[in-house]
Amino acid sequence: MSIFDLSIAAAAKALKAKEFSAVELTTAYNEAVAALNPRLNAYITVTPELALEQARAADSRIADGSATPLTGIPLAMKDLFCTESVRTTAGSSILEPFIPPYESTVSAKLKAAGAVMLGKANLDEFAMGSSNTTSHYGAVENPWKRLGSDAKLVPGGSSGGSAAAVAARIALAATGTDTGGSIRQPASFTGLAGIKPTYGRCSRWGVVAFASSLDQPGPMARNVEDNALLLNAMAGFDQKDSTSANREVPDFCLALGRGVKGLKIGIPREYRLEGTNPEILALWDKGIEWLKAQGADIVNISLPHTKYGLPVYYIVAPAEASSNLARYDGVRFGKRVDGEDLIDLYERTRAEGFGPEVKRRIMIGTYVLSHGYYDAYYLKAQKVRNLILRDFTDAFGSVDAILTPTAPSAAFGLDEKMDDPVTMYLNDVFTVPASLAGVPAMSVPAGLSAEGLPLGLQVIGRHFDEETVFAVSAAIESAAGFSALPELRAK
Amino acid sequence: MASYTLEGHTGTWEVVVGLEVHAQIISKSKLFSGASAAYGGAPNTHVSFIDAGFPGMLPVINKECVAQAVRTGLGLRARINLFSRFDRKNYFYADLPQGYQISQFAHPIVGTGEVEIELQDGTIKYIGITRLHLEQDAGKSMHDQHPSKSVIDLNRAGVGLMEIVSEPDIRSPEEAGAYLRKLRQILRYLGTCDGNMEEGSMRADVNVSVRKPGEAFRTRCEIKNVNSIRFVMHAVEAEAMRQIEVWESGGEVVQETRLYDPSKGETRSMRSKEDAHDYRYFPEPDLLPLILEQDWVDDLKAMLPELPDEKRARFCQEYGISYYDAGVLVAEQATADFYETLAKGRDGKLAANWVTGDFFAAMNRTGKSIENPPVSVEALGQLLDLITDTTINGRIAKTVFEEMVETGKMPTAIVDENGMRQVTDTGAIDEAVTKVLANNPDKVAEYKSGKDKLFGFFVGQVMKAMQGKGNPALVNEAVRKQLG
Amino acid sequence: MSLDAATVRRIAKLARIRVNDEEVSTLQNELNAILGYVEQLSDVNVEGVEPLSGGAQMALRQREDNLTDGGMADKILANAPDRIGNFFAVPKVVE
Ligand SMILES: [Mg+2]
Ligand SMILES: [Zn+2]
Repeated sequence: MSIFDLSIAAAAKALKAKEFSAVELTTAYNEAVAALNPRLNAYITVTPELALEQARAADSRIADGSATPLTGIPLAMKDLFCTESVRTTAGSSILEPFIPPYESTVSAKLKAAGAVMLGKANLDEFAMGSSNTTSHYGAVENPWKRLGSDAKLVPGGSSGGSAAAVAARIALAATGTDTGGSIRQPASFTGLAGIKPTYGRCSRWGVVAFASSLDQPGPMARNVEDNALLLNAMAGFDQKDSTSANREVPDFCLALGRGVKGLKIGIPREYRLEGTNPEILALWDKGIEWLKAQGADIVNISLPHTKYGLPVYYIVAPAEASSNLARYDGVRFGKRVDGEDLIDLYERTRAEGFGPEVKRRIMIGTYVLSHGYYDAYYLKAQKVRNLILRDFTDAFGSVDAILTPTAPSAAFGLDEKMDDPVTMYLNDVFTVPASLAGVPAMSVPAGLSAEGLPLGLQVIGRHFDEETVFAVSAAIESAAGFSALPELRAK
Repeated sequence: MASYTLEGHTGTWEVVVGLEVHAQIISKSKLFSGASAAYGGAPNTHVSFIDAGFPGMLPVINKECVAQAVRTGLGLRARINLFSRFDRKNYFYADLPQGYQISQFAHPIVGTGEVEIELQDGTIKYIGITRLHLEQDAGKSMHDQHPSKSVIDLNRAGVGLMEIVSEPDIRSPEEAGAYLRKLRQILRYLGTCDGNMEEGSMRADVNVSVRKPGEAFRTRCEIKNVNSIRFVMHAVEAEAMRQIEVWESGGEVVQETRLYDPSKGETRSMRSKEDAHDYRYFPEPDLLPLILEQDWVDDLKAMLPELPDEKRARFCQEYGISYYDAGVLVAEQATADFYETLAKGRDGKLAANWVTGDFFAAMNRTGKSIENPPVSVEALGQLLDLITDTTINGRIAKTVFEEMVETGKMPTAIVDENGMRQVTDTGAIDEAVTKVLANNPDKVAEYKSGKDKLFGFFVGQVMKAMQGKGNPALVNEAVRKQLG
Repeated sequence: MSLDAATVRRIAKLARIRVNDEEVSTLQNELNAILGYVEQLSDVNVEGVEPLSGGAQMALRQREDNLTDGGMADKILANAPDRIGNFFAVPKVVE
């Protein structure tokens, strides 16, 4: 068994047993990154020296007994987390020269736990995308291939670099952020597990904002347990984030073995969308059978406003983004394109600094907030958002968790779906409702498509009940026995 | 009340004014960051990454700023909204780092209230308060440091402001001035804003329109950021005249933002700069609704200092002084405190006369302030006691006071050193009267033949002979007695 | 509602993004497609429904008024594309 096949839990055990050192583990990963990243483009910035330095520190912690389960674990950090003295681009040209003088809360917590940062993972520009094709630093290649085809596939997005890195074993695990599905959909596309925690569970401080009322950091890893280990370290109250929840963080690992006996699992009829790939529906049915077999009660439920999730999302998220991205004006940090006067400077800087998808969303967001259109678009969307939250609240009156597919399809080709933004947006149809409601949701690898590509199932829980999400996800994971590996990977 | 009107060639015009005052909150740190809110400082030193709008930075509200807004609302007898919320006001500007200002648009923390103003002729009027909301200040751009560049200092960016919006109840430059003075007085009493217009901690946006008496409101213009009460008064008049001219020449006043130029005494349009403002307000997603507890508001109310109107009424009642004098004494809290220390256990009227008379005169003359007064309240109190217990009379007291101001000595010392005690020995007084009458036999004869006015002459002569130290009542009595 | 080219230009102006003619027409098509897609919200009856603006359902936490930040002009200016001394610098703004 290769060192790259170890999970976090297994690697931590081996480190503790001195089977290898953190420096050895990191060196192996650094070399794998150097070998595979030029092809996959999963990292925008690699930090091998920093990683080694952190690995050395990890080894002394392991020696003196102060190690945590993450000490010496090499991670990819989504390049949306500001990292002190390490360039942070958000996948955008406008932040190409930006070196943050501060460290995001989540990355600082991981640092404090002794984790090693291999580099900054690629992503859709400002996390706007579902395919990791909008990055200024180039598209990311999915390490998975369709059977008998060498066509490049997308890893999903926006945390596509994180997903590809972990799947290809050029990171043991990674951080992601999820605004409308940006952890779950790429996890599904690359055969990983990834959780979007409850809104407010992980601090947003120091994470480049896309849509503030939806953004939520979370982990991506090769199994459910690794997610629990990471979330244990990433979660927690942060005074610096006014939307951070002041509540205890349970040990999520303890929930993994709870089982699903007696749990009521909701199956929302509205997720059986017309035109959904029958493979996906079949996998969903399998998931239902697995849970039933382990003693769960399956309950048919209705989330009547499901189909309005996407239209609400594509008003709310761009509206917030149009405002959040106003600070990129070429004055205090980032790229500047000179102009005749200040307004000219703003317009040129932003025209050159932002890519087409970001501009599109800023434009839509600006429009739906503008005078005369606010009520028809933004206010209306906020009201429907409340109805979507109500759907979940009602459902959770009678069920403990909800099971759905994660995405309507498996990974698609790098050159597909690029012509029409609306078609691209449909990728998030199953993930967006949980984001709008702020509830936790996890994607678990559950099977392969006929073409040999991974497919995930999504488990949605009550606000702050990630424990049940982990319990259900672990049950699916064990039943699915997903063990397929991508073609491109460190061995 | 004589109402203020302007005459045009089509007749009489009335002026309608509403004021939006930006008052800087007194607090240690900024509204949403822990950086200093103090005025000044080396460039960009009172700045956090939040204030500079760095990626991933988030606002956290300062409890003291919320409390200050509530105190101010209570001082304006206004409704406190237990539910309020922050919105983003989006626009691009060099000194607005985030590209939006966090403000309260739809749900302000304070609702309707009122301010009582008093005009020159003694008329009392109430000016309605529409709302008070919390918002961030912007940074500062300077344009004279470099030939082709403007430079930006973000020290002010993010400092807490209260925007206090009045109803369009103001009808003259005088009322505008009286309203601003009163508002500033209340803010200072409350300790919520220092009211310093030179440093920009209080500035006014002036909304002006004109109309024929009895008409509905006509279009208004907003004159931005006027930074002195005098300029506000001038701006109201200048803008009203301009609008009358526009209307009377058949034109139409267009709603716009204008600037007051004090050197020319006129307003001019800022339209060139203002390309189609559309602020795209929406709820600030980085902040949750601000929910206040009624108990907390009640506690703040209980701790509120006595405000000028209440103090004035109490002074009249407690110290028996005139409404006018009480108004003068409460104008500044420190003066009111000085007076009250002085008047406690003494004759309130006598104390008021001395403070508003000789004491104020000495303060002006010496250029001193109430915080560093020309004579201490203890010394002035001792002087008043010497008058009351008839150790000295009022005339001597004035001399003693001048020497107190000059030398800083206590009045008893001055009186003793100079032998200024008043003579109450009736024997000595009688003796002096006898001498004066004996020296003026013809005047005595005139008096006796009916020239009553001469009584004062005899008293004056006696006082003169006694070097002013005679007890005036006893001298009067002795003169009357001896004249028969 | 359908966007015309003039509106696209106005929005771009508000958003401070320079656009050329070609971009205007591309954006016009894409934005109209998106607006057409979200149009389905008009089917939803929202009478009596309160708007939901935030992801978190709680009241705002307030911090104590302490000086905890600032005093680091060097770090604030470290990323500035242009500066004069410890000021940020931009082309002269005419007021
Ligand atoms: Mg205003
Ligand atoms: Zn304002």
